[in-house]
Amino acid sequence: MSVLANFGGVLRAPPALVAIGVAVLVGGLLVLVSGADPLQAYAQIVVGALWPQNLPDTLNWATPLVGMTLAAAIPLRGGMINLGGDGQLVIGALVGAVAPLVAPLPGPIAAALALLGAGLAGGLYAALAAWGEIRFRVPMLISSLLLSYPAVGIVSYLVRFPLRDTTTGLPQTAMVPDGARLPILIGPLNMGVLMIVVIAALVVLVDRRTVIGYELRMRGANARFAAYGGVALGRQALGAMFSSGAIAGLVGAIIVLGGQFRYIDDALLSPAYTWSGLMAALLAQGEPAGAVLAGLFFAALQTGGFAMQRETSVPRVLTLVLQSIVILFLAVRGGLGKRER
Amino acid sequence: MSDFLTPFLMQSAVQAITPILLAALAGALCGAVGVFNMAMEGQMLIGAFAAICGSYASHSAGVGVGVAIAASVAFSLILAYGATVFRGDAVVICIGMNLLASGLTAYLLRALFNVSGTFSDPAIAGLSRIRIPLMPSIPILGWGLARQTAITWGAWALVIVVALVLFKTPVGLRMRGVGERPDAAETLGVDVNRYRIVTVLVSGALCGLAGAQLSLGAVNVFAEDMTAGRGWIAVVAVMLGRGHPLYCAAACALFGFADAVGLRLQGLGLPNQLTDIAPYVVTLAALAISHRARNSNALGKADRDV
Repeated sequence: MSVLANFGGVLRAPPALVAIGVAVLVGGLLVLVSGADPLQAYAQIVVGALWPQNLPDTLNWATPLVGMTLAAAIPLRGGMINLGGDGQLVIGALVGAVAPLVAPLPGPIAAALALLGAGLAGGLYAALAAWGEIRFRVPMLISSLLLSYPAVGIVSYLVRFPLRDTTTGLPQTAMVPDGARLPILIGPLNMGVLMIVVIAALVVLVDRRTVIGYELRMRGANARFAAYGGVALGRQALGAMFSSGAIAGLVGAIIVLGGQFRYIDDALLSPAYTWSGLMAALLAQGEPAGAVLAGLFFAALQTGGFAMQRETSVPRVLTLVLQSIVILFLAVRGGLGKRER
Repeated sequence: MSDFLTPFLMQSAVQAITPILLAALAGALCGAVGVFNMAMEGQMLIGAFAAICGSYASHSAGVGVGVAIAASVAFSLILAYGATVFRGDAVVICIGMNLLASGLTAYLLRALFNVSGTFSDPAIAGLSRIRIPLMPSIPILGWGLARQTAITWGAWALVIVVALVLFKTPVGLRMRGVGERPDAAETLGVDVNRYRIVTVLVSGALCGLAGAQLSLGAVNVFAEDMTAGRGWIAVVAVMLGRGHPLYCAAACALFGFADAVGLRLQGLGLPNQLTDIAPYVVTLAALAISHRARNSNALGKADRDV
């Protein structure tokens, strides 16, 4: 035990860097197992993510990922965990995809309404999990995740049957009219990037400068003390989950209105933004600015993964393994998630 | 009713319950010693993948099951030591383990077998089913148990074994002591960490069995993320059953039945996107109705930070 503890003391110096180092080592072994050259694979990740001409792609990938990071970070700041990001994401995306089709409004107004509706729908669905905990004592950790499955199932049903674009034969909705799409900034980047930047700035501001942020941090440090100090825990949980779900819903609508222009079944969940976002938020223990950084790091890793898969035939799912090793190492060695009493 | 409860439905219900039941027993054991295990999803997935690898390499289902148990136990070392000796947060570790299992199996599927999505091969030997004469002539229950794997029979036997161990043996008493009052147990000379580590590793073995049943029990196939939330349903079953193996088994039976009814409705023409959600809806409803999700020991604390 004491030997282990001393060993840990040496390792603790900069925990995040050590964790990344360990992940890179273990990942390198995995690459060796698959019969490829680890150095070459990692070189491709770095080039694929950070070469100047690839940077816009990285930012484009980072937009939904950082959005979902913020969605995960808000409840985490108060010691709560929202595992239902997938459900909130698809609900927002569906609202975003359908609203411009049913509302015959001028483009930008339709887009604004679609985004607003998406945020509201995602937020309310997330708040449902908080309400379940307050009213029925169903732990939010579990209910948020369990609520995600019906949402994904029902949305998938709607897209495949009643709302399907029958002209294409694929499980997707009709195209959103041109006017309601998010304007393009440069290259692959659209307005969605700016929206996420603004949301991130707002979350950091609220966290650092407002009473709401202070009270949420206080809950994260010690919920009983927060309650004793006059924080209404129930209302706070509802608010934190609503904000979290609203951001997730917005991210869904941004993906639809910014890049795919329609709801394509499975296309939103296969990149696993929710889980990468949650890992990034955990990495920063819910502190929003750090979470955004971690989200950018994971986005770079994953964008580089595409290049690695293309150039070296090492499957890009390796990046998910790297991410989870970073989290596990920090959880085990760095006391990640441990809160002071 | 007899139109609805066909032999096939009962058989698939019993089959659907097995992995959830084994995982729930794993969760109940960990809960008893005060480790909140919600990594069963990942433990099972590792087991399912290892079972296919073992069976593929050896053409023997028995070897597949053995490899599944070994791999899942090895994987469980992360939680066993992480949550005890290294004093990490179990929830974060479990989330990390579930994602690691998902990524690792998907990666190895591509690296070892050169396929993505699903893998099946004639070389993979599946678990044989035990046929019991006359069983199919007993309506409903007999239909369900007529043709099942040894793992399914073993799972129900383990419910009784786990209940007996937990509540009728000195080891079980110490385990519950470790879960309820670790300080007091420590004072009485019980090695708290050792009890927790061994229990988590046993939970790994149970989940390894569950995974083997998933991949070798019915169609001999591994699919990415094939556990599909069963580990989470097991977490809920532990909460509903308040950690008691018999009540947990009852909760699992409810979910398995919901799963099978969903399958039946699918046969009647409902799209599978809707019928697949049946177990989750039943789970949520059961949680809300029971009002009792506030457990003692480490399970399901409403606020994690107390």
